[in-house]
Amino acid sequence: MEKAFRFFSEAHCVMLLGIKSRNPIQLLEGIKKVPSSSIYYHTHRFLQQHYRVSPEPPNDFAYWITNILGLRELGESITSVDIINIDSLEDLRKEYVTRLENHILSGEYISDCIEGHEFHFFDCKTFVYPTPFIAKDVDELREDLEKVHINSLCFHIFEPKLRYQRRENDFSAWLRNIGEEKLADQISRLDPYAFTLEGLRQKIIRILGRDD
Amino acid sequence: MMANIKDYSSIVGQAVIDELFLLADKLKGKVIQNVNSTAVGGGVAEILSRMINLLRQLGVDARWDVIKGDEKFFNITKKMHNALHGVDVEVSLKELMYFQEVNRQNAKEMDLCGDILFIHDPQPIALVEQKETLGKKWVWRCHIDFTTPKEEVMAFLKLYIEKYDSAVFSAPAFARKLSIPQVLISPSIDPLSDKNRELPQEVINSVLDRFGIDRTRPIVTQISRFDYLKDPIGVIEVYKRVKKHIDCQLVLAGGGATDDPEGAKVLEDVKNAAADDPDIHVLLLPPASDIEINALQRASSVILQKSLKEGFGLTVAEGLWKAKPVIASAVGGIPLQIAHKYSGILTHSIDGTVHYLKQLLYEPGYAQRLALNGKEHIKNNFLITRHIRDYLLLFLSLYHEDDIVGLNEMGL
Repeated sequence: MEKAFRFFSEAHCVMLLGIKSRNPIQLLEGIKKVPSSSIYYHTHRFLQQHYRVSPEPPNDFAYWITNILGLRELGESITSVDIINIDSLEDLRKEYVTRLENHILSGEYISDCIEGHEFHFFDCKTFVYPTPFIAKDVDELREDLEKVHINSLCFHIFEPKLRYQRRENDFSAWLRNIGEEKLADQISRLDPYAFTLEGLRQKIIRILGRDD
Repeated sequence: MMANIKDYSSIVGQAVIDELFLLADKLKGKVIQNVNSTAVGGGVAEILSRMINLLRQLGVDARWDVIKGDEKFFNITKKMHNALHGVDVEVSLKELMYFQEVNRQNAKEMDLCGDILFIHDPQPIALVEQKETLGKKWVWRCHIDFTTPKEEVMAFLKLYIEKYDSAVFSAPAFARKLSIPQVLISPSIDPLSDKNRELPQEVINSVLDRFGIDRTRPIVTQISRFDYLKDPIGVIEVYKRVKKHIDCQLVLAGGGATDDPEGAKVLEDVKNAAADDPDIHVLLLPPASDIEINALQRASSVILQKSLKEGFGLTVAEGLWKAKPVIASAVGGIPLQIAHKYSGILTHSIDGTVHYLKQLLYEPGYAQRLALNGKEHIKNNFLITRHIRDYLLLFLSLYHEDDIVGLNEMGL
């Protein structure tokens, strides 16, 4: 049992920070000062809430910039931040700050959104808890992955690097630990931000079934 | 009849129900005491009766008490309610003192025994004065639209709100600058209620026949009370412009005109705008018409919610839950329910609504894709099971400071 994989899951209590932005300058100010858990929430909420829908747009900032402010180029720039290659929420924050500052300094015309469409900053308190699913080998991991709540997948894929400063996702770390280097590498190589969560679940299940 | 929590597993999946039991288990030994101002009638009482029942089934010791007040008190709280909605009414100092006095009297008579005192809306808000003596955890739940409150009333209430441990709002726009944590908990729909449960086709057909609606041609529907803020006249204009290209029918159905002088005026204007077009069905529904509303939504080809202003706009969730394509204004809580072109259409004008309505009626495949995505989104985020989970997390959050909280098997 020592090497068993215990599935955990997570749920977010969503907090309102009472901070809102009407334009890219105010968005930048907000991004600079909100807690890092707010950055995490705004970059993962859409994926978690739309887990069967198209993976785009992966974050709230990009969605608001593109669809409310109509700034498609800036929206694309914020959308395309390569989160999988970023190691911490502070680095992610810096990346957004740089891209927003570049846009603002480029002298592009800055206008406010229409009233009622402001960007509201949220924060989250994340509760993590064990589930009854415990896998002792690769086959059990695959079977359990089919049954767990999608939030469990989120916890084991997104949280380890960004919020726990671990090197890689929990599945790959465990697989490496039991000598399944190839499977670990295959999962580690995936960019989870380019999938829907359901699509990602199915992809990992196929890898674990050695079908990929 | 009240639903059994286990009945929801066939809709949301067993993992969701298991998660609720797990979270509820962490609250073992805690008494959650809800307090509001009415046991029957009104949205808050309806939500509470469902919630308390389901929380108890999960093993949470949830209780519910109601404050007492005379006519004078409730006239004052009605004025406060209107002021919070931005209506220009004045609440005098004398009235505010009477409000305070009634709250103090209730505090003396009530057994405030909960570990968590969950106080709903402004009427019992001043009970929190007891926090100094009793301790315990206190949460204030605001169910009303707080976008543009009258500042004087807001300032008075803020004195109380900031004594609480947390405040809960339904939409981001209601957040204020407060010194206490503010939690976002969106409202929800109950998939097992008469308004949302599956209906046999015969029931749907009989409702359509009763209202003289043609089953063979597309039906465009807006369900809402007759209120200028729901823009029923704008909806008729949209329909008339679309009708030039597509032979469709319009259903405008809702209640609320009987005891509201402005509602009666709106209804009259709507009937005038509809004139003698037999394909516009203006239906003033009596209270308790949930089955009829359900049937009309299920029979619709496209559902509109073209509101100019909106609190949360749960009719959008109702439409999407029935796997109907929805076109709605990007106001209030609607953008939380629809991601434009992913799970429905968000519009800002009559022109935009005309454009997208034609598109969805011409392209039923595309409309169906949006609708199915919308249903999935509602299933994951706006059903009563999510609402219960949010309440459980809120209660747990009162005992934890960190932004990541590990709940082990030992409980709190």
